[in-house]
Parts: sequence; C-alpha cells; structure tokens
Amino acid sequence: MNRTYELMFIVRPDMGDDDLDKLISTLEGQVTTSGGTVKNVERMGKRRLAYTVRRFSDGMYILLTVDGSGALIHELERRLRVTEPVIKFLTVRVDEEQKRLDKIKQIREARRKAAPVPATPEAGGEPAPATA
Amino acid sequence: MAEETNTPVASTATESPRSDARPEGPRGGRGPRPGGPGGREGGRKYFRRKKVCKFCVEKIEAINYKDVRLLSQFVAESGKIVPRRLTGVCTPHQRRLSVAIKQARNIALLPFAGRA
Repeated sequence: MNRTYELMFIVRPDMGDDDLDKLISTLEGQVTTSGGTVKNVERMGKRRLAYTVRRFSDGMYILLTVDGSGALIHELERRLRVTEPVIKFLTVRVDEEQKRLDKIKQIREARRKAAPVPATPEAGGEPAPATA
Repeated sequence: MAEETNTPVASTATESPRSDARPEGPRGGRGPRPGGPGGREGGRKYFRRKKVCKFCVEKIEAINYKDVRLLSQFVAESGKIVPRRLTGVCTPHQRRLSVAIKQARNIALLPFAGRA
C-alpha cells in the first residue's frame, strides 16, 4: 500500500462537463472503495494533441493523483480502457521519485544549515544567500 | 585621401590578444587529433566551449513529463531527442530526460515524429 501514482488521461473534447464530472466521481468512488485515497484531481483543460488519436486532434487532459495499491490501478485502468470517451491514459508511479527528491531536499537543507558562511564576523545570523 | 572615418585606435585593440589565442598547451587544441570529442563530424567540433549541463547548473532535480516547455528544448524539429553531445547534458540527467520525453510522447504531449 501507500504507493503514489499519477494517472493522466485524455478525454474526447466534445464531452460535456457534467459527464466528465460523473466519470471522475466514478473513478474516485472506485478508489475509495478499494481503500485508497485520491490526493488531487486536476483538469488541465483542452489542449491540442501532438498527433491524432482516434481521429481527434484536441483533448481534455485530466490528472488524477492517487494513493493506493497496484491492484487498484489495475482496476482503474481497466475501467478507463472500456470507457468510451477516454482516448488515452498513462499511469506513472511517483513515490520512489518523491522519496529521492525529498532526500535531496533534506541533504540540501542540512548542508545549508551546517555551513552558514563561517568567515563573516556578523553575529546577526543572516541566512547567507551565497550557499547553494 | 584623408578620409579618416574609422579611427586607427580601434584596430589595435583587436591585435595583441588575438595573435596567440588558444595556446597549444596539452597539444589537444586544434591539432590533428583524430577521435576527439565530436568524432569525425566535419572536423570542427573539437573542444568547442565546454557546454554545461543545464540541469546541474540550475539544480533542477525533477524532470517531469508534464512540462512540455522544458522538454521541447531537448527535442529537435523532427521530434527526435537531441544527443547529449550537442546539448551538453550530463548522463544521469539525459537518461531521465529521455524517459520523460518518451512518457510525454505516449500521452500526446510531444510528437513521435514531427515535420520531417
């Protein structure tokens, strides 16, 4: 459990807003019933596709960030595959990457705190911007 | 005859530093070294201005498939991924960059094949 995934999918551009909401809430419901959590839903709007997908040249992009297990993603993808308005989807696992980024951030913070410009005689304790 | 439009002072400024430019210290400058960096491109790109990795300099750690603007700087007109000897990206960042570009291609944010 606790794997974080980013699921981005493209919906055909002539789909209505309320249909889209229905679809997203169905997916969210699926996530919560399988014991996961939806962290974020982002509608990135209509964009021009870089190539034609199923004879569409535009599409509505939606990004869903989900916490859950692999089986949950399997189920979500199966649903997306059979949903007619969804023309493409991509799932990326992001928890490992996030761990790496957090570690780097921690190292940088520690480095910045441990080496605060030793030569200056100022006792004010200024956060020196020279360290990077 | 005496058309002194350009002052002769300006010409001396370009003289002395250029006469001995590129000291051939380690014998690796413009000498005939086959297999230098750039290989047998056309023979010109031997030690051209060591490019730095943009990601290392700006300390960008996360290369996301979603920022098309960043990724498209490393993609040619034809949609191909530009080799790192042209862009100067370091190897680990080039690997992550190419993964991100391929993901973006899959989700139709970048084309597989462009104009060419």
